[in-house]
Amino acid sequence: MFDQIKIREDFPILKRLIKNNPLVYLDSAATTQKPLQVIEAIEKYYRHNNANVHRGAYTLSEEATSLYEEARLKTARFINAEMTESIIFTRNATEGINLVANSWGRANLKEGDEVLLTQMEHHSNLIPWQLITKEKGAKLKFIPLTPDGKLDLTNIHKLINEKTKFVSLVHISNSLGTINPVEDIIQIAHSFKIPVLLDASQSVPHRRVDVQSLDCDFMVFSGHKMLGPTGIGVLYGKYNLLDNMPPFMGGGEMINEVQLEWSDFRNLPWKYEAGTPHIAGAIGLGVAIDYLNNIGLENIQQHDKELVSYAMEVLSNLDGIEIYGPKDTRGSLVAFNLKGIHPHDVSTILDEYGIAIRAGHHCTQPIMRWLDVAATVRASFYLYNTKSDIDKLATGLQKVKEIFKRGS
Amino acid sequence: MAVSDLYSEIILEHYKEPHNVGELDCPEVFAKGYNESCGDDIKIYAQIKNGKVEEIKFKGKGCAISQSSASMMTDLMYGKTIDEAKEFIKQFTKKITGEEDFPSDSDEWFELSALKGVIKFPVRVKCASLSWHTLLQGIKEFENKNELKQ
Repeated sequence: MFDQIKIREDFPILKRLIKNNPLVYLDSAATTQKPLQVIEAIEKYYRHNNANVHRGAYTLSEEATSLYEEARLKTARFINAEMTESIIFTRNATEGINLVANSWGRANLKEGDEVLLTQMEHHSNLIPWQLITKEKGAKLKFIPLTPDGKLDLTNIHKLINEKTKFVSLVHISNSLGTINPVEDIIQIAHSFKIPVLLDASQSVPHRRVDVQSLDCDFMVFSGHKMLGPTGIGVLYGKYNLLDNMPPFMGGGEMINEVQLEWSDFRNLPWKYEAGTPHIAGAIGLGVAIDYLNNIGLENIQQHDKELVSYAMEVLSNLDGIEIYGPKDTRGSLVAFNLKGIHPHDVSTILDEYGIAIRAGHHCTQPIMRWLDVAATVRASFYLYNTKSDIDKLATGLQKVKEIFKRGS
Repeated sequence: MAVSDLYSEIILEHYKEPHNVGELDCPEVFAKGYNESCGDDIKIYAQIKNGKVEEIKFKGKGCAISQSSASMMTDLMYGKTIDEAKEFIKQFTKKITGEEDFPSDSDEWFELSALKGVIKFPVRVKCASLSWHTLLQGIKEFENKNELKQ
């Protein structure tokens, strides 16, 4: 059931006044707000169950372990993973990509090999690959963009070839909103037996993503972009791949037997979870998943879709606005610029009206260069946003334009 | 204060038609500045003759605050000695961080005080200071080079 009034009541921060105006939060692509259910679950864990997980033979530790592992089960079901061992808890999507680049990359890449990315990757899916390909003498290749900000797959059969050893790409662009045809790319890559990693940071929170039907080999996302706390993220990997890769970080929790000279590592998923994990974070993420399941991802996707088409319609009517990215379907965000006005000035003025949008390069400097702009303004939406939020944004943007009309 | 006071007409005039935009060949003072929080960058070029700023130019991308500040700063640097320029930068830094008030009875500070609204917007202080810090860095490098020569 999608009852927006009830949903908004679940988010205490939406009652805040910013500079005497009700908060209009339009930056969910950066991080989402948290519902009471998640906030209370984290508090409850620290008040009632706090202990370190695994190996503790006492009530609290058993409770903490079972809550932590229950969160893993919820996560596995949420993305339809074939087994819970395929779910590795990380700090965030970035750490998941670093894990794969370092572990899989260091074990498998050789001089002359190629790793295929796209020109629309977030820095998190670019830098880890720059580092590992440089170390191994391998090369990076990029799927280029069409003028409207989609992937240009014209030469995909040349880009994916016998030198290609890995493909890593974003599902929905955080900067342009483009929804990539990842199924097709996975299929082509698999015809060469090349594993594919999906950065699903902007898709998993907004739509049903089924790792088995996509058949991706790895997938990463962050808890804080889907109503969960910061500091908890997920790496999904196919069991055989994860099982055959060397550990990423070493430490406690990830070992069986430790000698001074050597150690023997635990099975999946713990092999990749060195050190005390973010237990409260995982529990919070599990409750965020419950919350999303309760509302229904199909309902959320429909709601986001309506909001983004409304935003495209309202914003397109503003004089002097340039909207970036695909004009047809897109994820729940709109990136744009007002002619002659720097995004940071737009942001400062909108903040006076309680409107929180993001201004900057959105961790995608190559896209900014491609668009030939220093930065963009980005408004992004989620289940708690309303059409009235978008109207307020449009009114705010008119005010920005009025202020900048002066002085000439 | 209202946000329209931050974006005063003086600031918007300098933003829309900034003064001293350009590059200099073989400048004696040169520095690049970068504001990592917004990705804005600036390059400052200056020619020194008889110990004074004979010509100064800047080039960069940025918001109204950073561009207008650079425009006003370059206007005011003409004819200053190196020591005067350093002192002026020091004084500006104190004013823009709110440590000291902008003088109300000084011609030199008249336009610059349009930036005083920035004090209320801490994240934007960096924007206003970018060109000043960049010039200071250029001056220091210039002085180091001269010391080595002597």
